[in-house]
Amino acid sequence: MPQLISQIDTRAAAFADNVAAMRALVDDLHTTVTGIKQGGGEKARAKHLSRGKLLPRDRVRHLLDPGSPWLEFSQLAAHGVYDDVVPAAGILTGIGRVSGTECVVVANDATVKGGTYYPLTVKKHLRAQEIARENNLPCVYLVDSGGANLPNQDEVFPDRDHFGRIFYNQATMSAAGIPQIAVVMGSCTAGGAYVPAMADESIIVRNQGTIFLGGPPLVKAATGEVVSAEDLGGADVHSRTSGVTDHLAQNDAHALAIARRIVGNLNRVKAPALALREPVAPKYAAEEIYGIIPTDSRKPFDVREIIARLVDGSEFDEFKQLYGTTLVCGFAHLWGYPVGIIANNGILFSESALKGAHFIELCNQRGIPLIFLQNITGFMVGQKYENAGIAKDGAKLVTAVACAKVPKFTVIIGGSFGAGNYGMCGRGYSPRFLYMWPNARISVMGGEQAAGVLATVKRDGLEAQGKTWSAEEEEAFKAPIRAQYEHQGHPYYASARLWDDGIIDPAETRMVLALSLSAALNAAPDANSGEPTTYGVFRM
Amino acid sequence: MIDTLLIANRGEIACRIIRTARRLGIRTVAVYSDADAGALHVAMADEAVRIGAAPARDSYLRMDAILDAAARTGAQAIHPGYGFLSENAGFAEACAAAGLVFVGPPASAIRAMGGKSEAKALMETAGVPLVPGYHGEEQNSGVLAAEAARIGFPVLIKASAGGGGKGMKVATSAEDFHEQLASAKREAQAAFGNDRVLIEKYLGRPRHVEIQVFADSHGNCVYLFERDCSIQRRHQKVVEEAPAPNLPLDLRQEMGAAAVAAAKAIGYVGAGTVEFLLDPVETGGDGRFYFMEMNTRLQVEHPVTEYITGQDLVEWQLRVAAGGTLPLSQDQLAMNGHAIEVRLYAEDPDKGFLPQTGTLSHLRFPEAGPHIRVDTGVRQGDAISIHYDPMIAKLIVWDVDRPAAVRRLRQALAGTEVGGLAANIPFLASIAGHAAFLEADLDTRFIERYQADLLPQPAGPDDDVLALAALGVLLERKAETVAAAARTNDPWSPWATADSWRLNDAVPEILTFTDGRENGEPQEVRACRRRDGGFDITLPSGQELTGNARFEPDNAHGGGRLVAEVGGRRLTAGWSRRGRELDLFRPGQHHRLTLVDPLDVGAVDAGGGGRLVAPMPGKVIAVLVAAGDRVEKGQGLVVLEAMKMEHTIKAQGPGTVETVRYTVGDQVPDGAELIIVKGDEA
Repeated sequence: MPQLISQIDTRAAAFADNVAAMRALVDDLHTTVTGIKQGGGEKARAKHLSRGKLLPRDRVRHLLDPGSPWLEFSQLAAHGVYDDVVPAAGILTGIGRVSGTECVVVANDATVKGGTYYPLTVKKHLRAQEIARENNLPCVYLVDSGGANLPNQDEVFPDRDHFGRIFYNQATMSAAGIPQIAVVMGSCTAGGAYVPAMADESIIVRNQGTIFLGGPPLVKAATGEVVSAEDLGGADVHSRTSGVTDHLAQNDAHALAIARRIVGNLNRVKAPALALREPVAPKYAAEEIYGIIPTDSRKPFDVREIIARLVDGSEFDEFKQLYGTTLVCGFAHLWGYPVGIIANNGILFSESALKGAHFIELCNQRGIPLIFLQNITGFMVGQKYENAGIAKDGAKLVTAVACAKVPKFTVIIGGSFGAGNYGMCGRGYSPRFLYMWPNARISVMGGEQAAGVLATVKRDGLEAQGKTWSAEEEEAFKAPIRAQYEHQGHPYYASARLWDDGIIDPAETRMVLALSLSAALNAAPDANSGEPTTYGVFRM
Repeated sequence: MIDTLLIANRGEIACRIIRTARRLGIRTVAVYSDADAGALHVAMADEAVRIGAAPARDSYLRMDAILDAAARTGAQAIHPGYGFLSENAGFAEACAAAGLVFVGPPASAIRAMGGKSEAKALMETAGVPLVPGYHGEEQNSGVLAAEAARIGFPVLIKASAGGGGKGMKVATSAEDFHEQLASAKREAQAAFGNDRVLIEKYLGRPRHVEIQVFADSHGNCVYLFERDCSIQRRHQKVVEEAPAPNLPLDLRQEMGAAAVAAAKAIGYVGAGTVEFLLDPVETGGDGRFYFMEMNTRLQVEHPVTEYITGQDLVEWQLRVAAGGTLPLSQDQLAMNGHAIEVRLYAEDPDKGFLPQTGTLSHLRFPEAGPHIRVDTGVRQGDAISIHYDPMIAKLIVWDVDRPAAVRRLRQALAGTEVGGLAANIPFLASIAGHAAFLEADLDTRFIERYQADLLPQPAGPDDDVLALAALGVLLERKAETVAAAARTNDPWSPWATADSWRLNDAVPEILTFTDGRENGEPQEVRACRRRDGGFDITLPSGQELTGNARFEPDNAHGGGRLVAEVGGRRLTAGWSRRGRELDLFRPGQHHRLTLVDPLDVGAVDAGGGGRLVAPMPGKVIAVLVAAGDRVEKGQGLVVLEAMKMEHTIKAQGPGTVETVRYTVGDQVPDGAELIIVKGDEA
């Protein structure tokens, strides 16, 4: 396979500048995430520990195979969204290995607002379940939650993708043969009671876990009955009398040991239908990516330099290298898994869109997972291009992306603007996983373009009324628009709202993609199941 | 001529004899008990015969089985080694009767030296100096007290038939004498079935110096110089060396001549050792030597003599047994350099030298060569059983002089690793490292005197050891994870990595170790993986450093060596792990650590409390407890008869019975609460 030869001069001043800029972004990401990992703060943590409970991150660590990776999702969920500080939206989700089996783990953080569900907590929980369903991964719920956050009930309870969907997902995933395991390590009140009740197998921790539809205060209010939490729905009650739980654990560690045994007995076989190879490290250091991304997002860079730092041996078999050159397509292996890579190298033209659609058809036909490296300001505009039918060519790419059944993975490495987001497998196109780099931006168009469009509309209006508009006035009009786009297009803003599955350090992209790919291979490979992919009508 | 030799022994001595026999072109026959079917000596011999069950009395002490084995294999000679039947005159006679050559002295010589008092009387006649004492027939306590007074206090009272320190007492004064005498007689009676004692002058700081003699059946007898075996623990030799340090030449010659005289006095043939006590002038003695006893066999410590004389004593034994003459005359024998032997035992110095049994899960000896000799009968994976002596090996070193030999000894011990059970290596290393040992300030109470130095309070693992342990565990975890993945359909899965990879964060591996000591506190080590493959390590002492490690295969020994760079220093350690049990070896140190499983909450108890209900409708046919009774987990409380079956309701944990609701004959409905037990708080 041809090997990419890097043209980057790592001793150039620009390289050093780029490194410094990216490192600042990565450092800020690490600092932010480190803060988030403290959960609900010192006092809440101390109180949690004083009850003999393990902190949620320690619960996850003990649940997972010793030393194994933990691919955590949406660390910045709810970051800066609510008046309350709700780190990680009060819930940890991710994929980890339990007894050799990749599982989705959902763990409430009771140190954050008692583990109650804010709207984004629900969204994050549901997204984790979606990941489990799409990738056929058993679910382990480490439950320690006071249920719905009552002040926010209107955004948590009633709608389709609200609290009730959690149990709908448990039922339908169980029906699909995706194991649902619940470990009750704290409260499971009201709707929360259905997490263990709907689980295939459930564990409860003695003198710690409780399950009831209505807690003691509600019972007293409703019927006047006075009862302790333990007698109402404690571990002994549910393990000996009600049968709501199947295993009685003495403490968190014991409960996690039981959970590990349960997963160990699931009898699941992962059978990737891919021609695997022994992984080879890329020829170039991952950290060099820092120096490749220009500090000025308008400056172009060759995306092959990124690919060279992601794929095995930096080997890349390019498809249609001479045609539609603003979209780079080609075959490679990532951590031994064959992949097709589609990466922006400039604005999308008709040719690049057609090339992309063709390449997606190839990968889909062959059952090769697709990786999209998204850095796109959009499709080319202008009379020449519209008249040539760029809309219908763009539509072909979007159709191919939407209908492709092979696992898709998207990394937004730069801009993600307009229809380019669609053609490059944005969130709306259900990639199995979508990640952003800390330098990335996402919005319907760039802030400058939006300000310009709106200013043009306004100027046209004013001029139609015979008014004038000074350059100063125009600038005063445009500045807040630019600021709004910059604020809302920032990856933290996006990630806080779960438009992605997490912001990642560019130098860790290979590992994140490798873990995601490997996890995705737990699902039966659609493309090789004998069922051909059907595409929508390609407008010719 | 001997062309087939049966070795009526096991372990290192059997292996050692086989080696010489093989070199001489003699076919070897091993004998083995059931416990030794897979032993090294069996594997080494040309032929091997099972002689019985594991206990020595059912195998290695069974003359009939051994003679039968010799007959079946056509052996012409039997080498008894040491121990077992080696000093059994009856066996020597039985060999002769069966037409077999017994590789050892005539039965008469064995008998002559068998009883202490008789032996001393013989020696006295032969002019061999004896410790002033009383060896008479008269055992009247008055006579014994008078004899003690004549010799002069302090005196030593010893069992005539004794050995191994049993029935041996020191009386410091006339007043003390009767009590010690009674005690000695009691012990003698108990140990040997004979309470005869002898009394000797008690030497203050004697040295144990023994002379190796060799005689042939043609009347030749030589001595191969001496060995100093002063360093003993409870009369068991621990360190043996040759020549004896600071022994004047004339004294050596005098002792040699006395030993030869002793051998000749009893018509000795073959290898023998005459043991003397030397009362050195340097430590206030009279500078004289006194006969103790003669061992009519090859000694455990013979290799030090072989090293300094360049002779193979087993070869000499076989030549003499075959009727040959001694290979060398006295004039032709010379000493060269200095040799030291230590006995490596499976015993725990930290626990009163308690013998250890178990599997040698890890065994590493220093590389043998001109300076180091290792005599062993075990390999890694072999067991040290309860049936035999727990000796693992003898380490023998040689160099041009004693200080150089001591250095060699320290080096050899530093390179010796025994895992799976405790061994006395640290104890031997502390002797070898002691200033008094280097200065040859030797006497039979050396260990007693320096006990505090030689047996320090066992220390817990230090930072270096914990860092090494953590690095080793993490390395092996990684390798095991990779190996496990290789057996799956996703053989190189990124999930099958063991670096605790985290997104946008680094979490430490937390490894908790407990060490083998009682009251050893759990020690927590944190290790955070770095991108360069190393770790940032935080130790319980608070020390923080970076570390990196790899395993170097040790093909010669099967195990691995951990090679690490910790805090800028290169550290190496021997490594052996079985599950969560670690043996970690640093020069002269053996650390046994257990890796704590954070999810192991011990034998989990469902708790004794709670309600005990009838699982189905039935009749109470027995009530086994009453209110107020203490109950233990699993204890039967009530017996029901239902569906023609008896069902016993059992306590789910320890607790106290509060209420019994039903009596015998009652019909109970399904789910009826039969009894209430208040559980002990978990």
